[in-house]
Amino acid sequence: MSNILFDAPGPRARARHRIFAVLGALVLAGIVAYVGWRFYDSGQFTGRKWEWIQYTKIQEDLISAVLSTLQAFALGAVLALLFGAIFAAGRLSEHKSIRRVSTFVVELFRAIPLLIMMFLFYYGLPAVGVSMSPYMAVVLGLMLYNGSVLAEVFRAGILALPRGQSEAAYALGMRKTQVMVLILLPQALRSMMPTIISQLVVLLKDTALGFLITYEELLRFAQRIGGDGLFSRPFVPTALVVAGIYIGLCLLLTWLANYLQKRERRSKKHIELEGGPTKDLEAAVLAGRTSGN
Amino acid sequence: MRVRTLAIGMLVGGLALTACGKEGAPADDVTGGGPSTTAAVETDVKVEGSATFDRMTQNGKVVIGVKEDQPGLGYKDPTTGEYSGFDIEIARLVAAKLGFGEDKIEYKTVQSAGREAAITNGTVDYYVGTYTINDKRKTQISFAGPYFVAGQGLLVRKDDDTITGKDTLKGKKVCSVTGSTPIQRVRDEALTEPGNIVEFQGYSQCVDKLLTKEVDAVTTDDAILKGFASQDPDNLKVVGDTFSEEPYGIGLPLDDKALRDKVNDILETAIEDGTWQEIYDSTLGKSGSKADKPTIDRY
Amino acid sequence: MNILIDYWPLFRDGFLTTIELFLLAGVASLVFGVFLAMLRVSPVPVFRAAGTLYVTVVRNTPLTLVFLFFVFAYPYLDIIEMSFFTAAVVALSVYTSAFICEVVRSGINTVPLGQAEAARALGLTFGQSLAEIILPQALRSVVPPLVSTLIALLKNTTIAAGFSVPEAGRIRSVLSDDGENQLVGLLWVSLGFIVLVMVLTLVQRTLEKRWSVAR
Repeated sequence: MSNILFDAPGPRARARHRIFAVLGALVLAGIVAYVGWRFYDSGQFTGRKWEWIQYTKIQEDLISAVLSTLQAFALGAVLALLFGAIFAAGRLSEHKSIRRVSTFVVELFRAIPLLIMMFLFYYGLPAVGVSMSPYMAVVLGLMLYNGSVLAEVFRAGILALPRGQSEAAYALGMRKTQVMVLILLPQALRSMMPTIISQLVVLLKDTALGFLITYEELLRFAQRIGGDGLFSRPFVPTALVVAGIYIGLCLLLTWLANYLQKRERRSKKHIELEGGPTKDLEAAVLAGRTSGN
Repeated sequence: MRVRTLAIGMLVGGLALTACGKEGAPADDVTGGGPSTTAAVETDVKVEGSATFDRMTQNGKVVIGVKEDQPGLGYKDPTTGEYSGFDIEIARLVAAKLGFGEDKIEYKTVQSAGREAAITNGTVDYYVGTYTINDKRKTQISFAGPYFVAGQGLLVRKDDDTITGKDTLKGKKVCSVTGSTPIQRVRDEALTEPGNIVEFQGYSQCVDKLLTKEVDAVTTDDAILKGFASQDPDNLKVVGDTFSEEPYGIGLPLDDKALRDKVNDILETAIEDGTWQEIYDSTLGKSGSKADKPTIDRY
Repeated sequence: MNILIDYWPLFRDGFLTTIELFLLAGVASLVFGVFLAMLRVSPVPVFRAAGTLYVTVVRNTPLTLVFLFFVFAYPYLDIIEMSFFTAAVVALSVYTSAFICEVVRSGINTVPLGQAEAARALGLTFGQSLAEIILPQALRSVVPPLVSTLIALLKNTTIAAGFSVPEAGRIRSVLSDDGENQLVGLLWVSLGFIVLVMVLTLVQRTLEKRWSVAR
């Protein structure tokens, strides 16, 4: 795909590219080396700042912090998928009023920053006598925001399905709900899988916002151990470790989804969309609807 | 194939993580508190008309909100998971007098910004953690106590002689914690320019910024600051006179007067019979500074 | 209503800072994002790899953690001292540019093959054909997702509140310090964001209409 932009390089271009490559590699290595050296020089790699990782109790805390992050992710993801499915169906409803209400809800929750939503649930609602734990506030926020985005993804997926699918289903005598639940949603889900997954990655990352409403998750762990004078405040080491865990989890999720999808493809239950618009559509939806945090 | 590589990778990683497990606290641990002053656990305690107490009895345990990042006051040792400090001892004492022994206490760390929410939400039954009594907070929750009176002070770098008290803060960057009284005072009394006020989630972050010279002073209650200074006496010092009175109270739900009265009784007895002094001497008093006994304020 | 009037300076300054943060970070991440996209389609493998690595790492890291890095770890690098506001702009730009890069790259993919081929036939170099033929068309075709990314950036500015930048997300903590009703305050903040997002959506529609004719 990218090689349409340039010709197969000739001898001079190759030489030039080699120079660029060397220069580029040098610059990159330079940056990495500088960062590493500064951290080393300011004592970030001394034993004392890494000692914390040896304690059983801290390891347990780290694992339980990862688990809290995953817990918020799991419940948030399930609820967001449900919310998304319901409101996608709502936006495609034949009743004008339902359509309007769904559109309003979806647009509303996509416009309010997730953090403000979490603040609203955790700090705001007690004013009217409704109180919830940080965990619930995080999960609800994740559900509403990501659910709204997912609703748009589902809707785009359903709209992209060949009309023949629903027509055939109606012809078989199925009712609207049946057509939606049995025919349209499953196919849309499959064809939009990459987009859904990238949204779930967003959801996983967003659990880190819980740190700002005192939810005891991974980032909060980094902050707590990182701020402890006992190990002369190892902010950098803990941040590095936690960043590694987050990136690992997100990549694992992406990889898992790709794997499942490949298996799905092999089973040949899916159908190709007309004229193969999936790629463009995926790209557009991926970029347009979900690139948020 | 990739699955297997991954599984092996994770297994190895897991092993590496658990293989070198250390127990207990590091040898040079200066912050760990000694054994707690164990007050006898009361039995058959009744607090008529207290919804909070009923909830505690029903659950068979008490959930106490505390701080975990304030050496000497409320500190959780990350290597053992144990809490220690003056606030913790007070919390333990109150729990014991309410009929809950150490094994029936669940500590829950709540940062400054989440205190009111945690109490009104019922996440915690009561809160003991450098919680200054003031009228604004009294509209959301209620306070028993005070059980200690601190004052706002300043923590600066050891080699910095330009800051000597609250009137020398102009043009200096001052750091404190979001949702705390000291930061409000700095703002209200315009001790420094609004652009120089720095807020973070925890004091340790402020201290870190102080050491990297991005802020010039950390301000909060002297009791807290002394804890940090004692952790790093080569680089930090507490300067100037305190410039406020910070009566620490025990945070309770707004409408639970019955429990508030009961807790006030407990504190009053402790102050009179010397238990309070014992607790002080075994925690904050170790630094050598004296403290006056507080007087309970039943409002 | 009273809260909004009583605390008008707080709300005004908060949202002004938010907008400032958004504009600065928006421009920076557009520039850097396009640069990253150019890296990712460059003929030099090392550049492509660097671009891919950057995007993979940043897209899989929570923004809060990026903030944590720039506020607490960066000072140890001892390069240039940054104020907390600058740190927030940098953190937001570093994060958002990875997403902009992906959007621009998908835009490059939508430019018909013939365009690049014609440019090459005319003897334009990679840089020329990218800058003068491909990118202008690519950017036009990705206006909607590009603006959506910027909308996400706008909402993400709230995270700076946790890192000592007095913007709209911070209004709550001041109200809380004063013992005011946070629910009402937060609802006003939400409304403020809804309005800002609506403005951006309007910009999005206008640009889309104007530029869609161009192809």
